[in-house]
Amino acid sequence: MLDKIGIAKRIAQELQNGYYVNLGIGIPTLVANYVPDNIEVEFQSENGVLGMGPFPFDGEENADLINAGKQTITAMPGAAFFDSATSFAMIRGQHVQLTVLGAMEVSQNGDIANWKIPGRMVKGMGGAMDLVASAENIIVAMMHTNKAGESKLLTDCSLPLTGVACVKKIVTNLATLEIHGGAFHLVERAPGVSVDEIVNATAGKLIVPPLVPEMQL
Amino acid sequence: MAINKVVADVQEACQGIQSGMTLMLGGFGLCGIPENSIARLVELGVTDLTCISNNAGVDDFGLGLLLQGKQIKKMISSYVGENDEFERQMLSGELDVDLIPQGSLAERCRAGGAGIPAFFTPAGYGTEVGEGKEVRVFNGKPHILESALTADFAIVKAWKGDAAGNLVFQATARNFNPMMAMAGKITIAEVEELVPLGELDPNQIHTPGIFVQRIFQGKDYQKRIEQKTVRPKA
Repeated sequence: MLDKIGIAKRIAQELQNGYYVNLGIGIPTLVANYVPDNIEVEFQSENGVLGMGPFPFDGEENADLINAGKQTITAMPGAAFFDSATSFAMIRGQHVQLTVLGAMEVSQNGDIANWKIPGRMVKGMGGAMDLVASAENIIVAMMHTNKAGESKLLTDCSLPLTGVACVKKIVTNLATLEIHGGAFHLVERAPGVSVDEIVNATAGKLIVPPLVPEMQL
Repeated sequence: MAINKVVADVQEACQGIQSGMTLMLGGFGLCGIPENSIARLVELGVTDLTCISNNAGVDDFGLGLLLQGKQIKKMISSYVGENDEFERQMLSGELDVDLIPQGSLAERCRAGGAGIPAFFTPAGYGTEVGEGKEVRVFNGKPHILESALTADFAIVKAWKGDAAGNLVFQATARNFNPMMAMAGKITIAEVEELVPLGELDPNQIHTPGIFVQRIFQGKDYQKRIEQKTVRPKA
């Protein structure tokens, strides 16, 4: 089974040379720590920076330089700052090649819900609706089940949607899955996880091929 | 000679702001917010405000200060997760909230300032955000119609500015400020440094002065950090 860092490491394997990448808040942010040595990518943060660097050294933080999670960051050589309309032009205009974000639920159709629990939690969608509506390549990083142990991979989402039929790949603590043809397709098992465990933790339609390799991290 | 937009202080800058008005306030989280003007709105005690701002501050700073005093009737935002009082007022129905996708919010402000009454975007199609909105298919993909936003006053914060109203922002403190400056019937700019005319390089202006009606030298900026994240020095 993977922890959050393991999920981030697995997603980092999806990065390709020359990609512009938008990382959501939470597990996705960790992906930046595991970029393979042999490739160059640039991280876009929708609050207005391209070429986001690591956290600043203690004492060097700048209140004017943050990421979309409101964390203090640094800018790499070659970075650019811009306004929010330009930032979402990059996103809607499909200039960003890969979006990684978290989710509360994903359906077998690729629908995603991650912004609202009616009557209980309403934080807002932030940039997530723009990102999922436009990105060609969306990876969801999340735990396979919620805190109550219920599957987050469903036939239909029960929570208000963030986007429709947009998620193509999911990396969870248990598995890597793809979505197409109205079903989840099991691609890889996390280390030490059996196919049965994944089947039991997946409520939506799951296609299991005869051979399911273990992830190589 | 440039048209002089300079006003003496925040009191003069905020003259004419009344209860019931619609205000745009720049900033992302607490980054790039017009701190002096928000403090003045608290002093003025204006109520029933509609505030258009990406976020709602935190409980004790930014727009959270206006929420504490129940001065806001309606918020138009994309993300309000850092503010417990906001969530309480929203869930209890005291506060009317219109949550809209961040890119749509930015573009709606830009459109309002650019004379574009509405535009189609894919963001929010098939969700609550798209309910009741016109849908059209372009290149095989459904889009929803979103309308422009304007405000009685837009209040923005810049790093440097001059008497002509030209503005330069610092790093990610730019965020929503330039679009909101465009969309205010009256735009107030507070700046960390009000510099003499000619000092700002015309090649490097982020917001041209035509979008700004009043500018003043701000003071006592706290520039609070919401999430201080650092790595130890090696």
